[in-house]
Amino acid sequence: MYVAVKGGETAIARSWDLLAAARRGDSALAELNLGQIRQQLRLAVARVMQEGSLYDEELAALALKQAAGDTVEAVFLLRAFRTTLPRFASSKPLDTAAMRVRRRVSGTFKDVPGGQILGPTADYTQRLLDFSLGHSSEVPPCALAANGVPQPLPSVLEVLAAEGLIEAEQPLPGDPEPADLTRQPLMFPADRATRLQNLARADEGWLLGLAYSTQRGYAESHPFAGEIRMGEVSVSVCPEELGFDIDIGEITLTECQMINQFAGSKTAPPQFTRGYGLSFGEAERKAMAMALVDRSLRAEELGEAAHAPAQQQEFVLYHSDNVEASGFVQHLKLPHYVDFQAELSLIRTLRAQANSSAPQEAAHD
Amino acid sequence: MTEACHSQWQYNFAFLDENTKRMLRRALLKAVAIPGYQVPFGSREMPLPYGWGTGGIQLTASIIGQDDVLKVIDQGADDTTNAVNIRRFFARVTGVATTSSTAAASLIQSRHRIPETPLQPGQIMVFQVPEPEALRTLEASEVETRKLHAHQEYGLMHVKLYEDIARFGHIATSYDYPVMVNQRYLSSPSPIPKFDNPKLHMSPALLLFGAGREKRLYAIPPHTRVESLAFDDHPFSVQRWEQACALCGSHDSYLDEIITDDAGARMFVCSDTDYCQQQQEGKA
Repeated sequence: MYVAVKGGETAIARSWDLLAAARRGDSALAELNLGQIRQQLRLAVARVMQEGSLYDEELAALALKQAAGDTVEAVFLLRAFRTTLPRFASSKPLDTAAMRVRRRVSGTFKDVPGGQILGPTADYTQRLLDFSLGHSSEVPPCALAANGVPQPLPSVLEVLAAEGLIEAEQPLPGDPEPADLTRQPLMFPADRATRLQNLARADEGWLLGLAYSTQRGYAESHPFAGEIRMGEVSVSVCPEELGFDIDIGEITLTECQMINQFAGSKTAPPQFTRGYGLSFGEAERKAMAMALVDRSLRAEELGEAAHAPAQQQEFVLYHSDNVEASGFVQHLKLPHYVDFQAELSLIRTLRAQANSSAPQEAAHD
Repeated sequence: MTEACHSQWQYNFAFLDENTKRMLRRALLKAVAIPGYQVPFGSREMPLPYGWGTGGIQLTASIIGQDDVLKVIDQGADDTTNAVNIRRFFARVTGVATTSSTAAASLIQSRHRIPETPLQPGQIMVFQVPEPEALRTLEASEVETRKLHAHQEYGLMHVKLYEDIARFGHIATSYDYPVMVNQRYLSSPSPIPKFDNPKLHMSPALLLFGAGREKRLYAIPPHTRVESLAFDDHPFSVQRWEQACALCGSHDSYLDEIITDDAGARMFVCSDTDYCQQQQEGKA
């Protein structure tokens, strides 16, 4: 029953060949291997894992290689793989207070218990192009590189919480299991856990722009970076058949806790409020932007006027996913001959009518 | 996971796992039970881009079986690149027979057209839908549009159509023309030209609509009333051409306009390539 089709099939096959050749580039140069990508492009790998919602450095590196460095395309590849994976278990909630911290800074206190720890940050490099990286160079070994801070560091916000100055973070009544946006459609109004899940998968650029807008007068929430920490956190699961927790590994996370201006009511005195951001890998920009947007989306809950884009759930959450956005924006390059023909017919009819000397009413008949 | 494991990765029949297919079929049953109602579903991320047919692909994947014969069209044609790509995807992950013949297909996935050859009882047609909400351009909020449907409050759309008439003398919607399904739900027929709308009414085939990005699916079961919105003094009408198809001579099909030279010469041919082929063979 198979009937061969014309043209398109061959053209597609040739486009694959061209893509493969363009990806490889000049074969006189050594080919990238996945280890190099994981090690030397670690921030790109982290972003692909984060927005791809899959913590697997090897696969993220493969996706980046296949996508020739196009982050959004790599995220798409990883998501399309992830979608078929069975779910064996849900992890226990992560304890970021127990993080093996490699970086921890607070913008609210000059010193905090455990101190300010800069870690491997680009913040105070002088952004001068380092021409020595343009050719192979040996980096002298760094004794600190392997070590995090040995003991857990208490969260900076605990200091404020102990004094009752900041709202407590409480699970919803009954501590319901969070929704899984990769298994259930996003529905509104979305609770905070669902919103955070959406923001965690959201395009970093989208969050960055929205977060920036809240600082420029569209939903000002007077934020302070209470604490930003980065390091390794254990993941554990409790298989039903065993009934006890098992550590299944360690992942790198960046967490940002914003402290924002107060809310209070007739019954409760003013308190600082919170915005929360969490991201795989070293991803401070993403975590901070996420925390600002999380806070702006709490407008309704905190009794604030929700007039700015960053405060509107449907606007923020429906447009945050770069795989959805990329697909739909680019679907315009697909053939639309049929609809365009329909529009052509219509506009010719309308123009003929407008140009005719006959009165408008008569043209209706 | 080791690299060896990755290289031997095997996808399930029709790509989706069986639990996902079951979830989809349950949602489809609900859709069939409430014609025209948009059922939210746990749309999966597919290995094709959103906006390129992920909804239709998921519906097809959830109902396709070994014995099905699949036809995939885009703009009425079997050989447009996106149709080729989707047909190839299913050939790769199911191995089922594919065809370009409307009559020979048990399952037809389409973007933007309904074939000219009348559908038969037992056939299933799957439409790819970019925007399932017929009211979206009039009301951006999903929370609000769901309320409007619940109350069957469709005044917005009637006002929009009336304003077209006041401004242009015509209803200025030529595709994705809104329909009322089973006298209850205002629905998008997907961006088919309004030329195809009458084929939805009392169709003997089951019509399924999938919007992957928007995570909604809906259905028009066989023999369901489907009315294109209109006014008594401005009845619904479809596109007509002065020309016949330059290839097969048909006067009854939807025509594509093709520009043939730099001077802007035009040629009109059937958008439905299978129908055009049948007509040409019928004459020969």
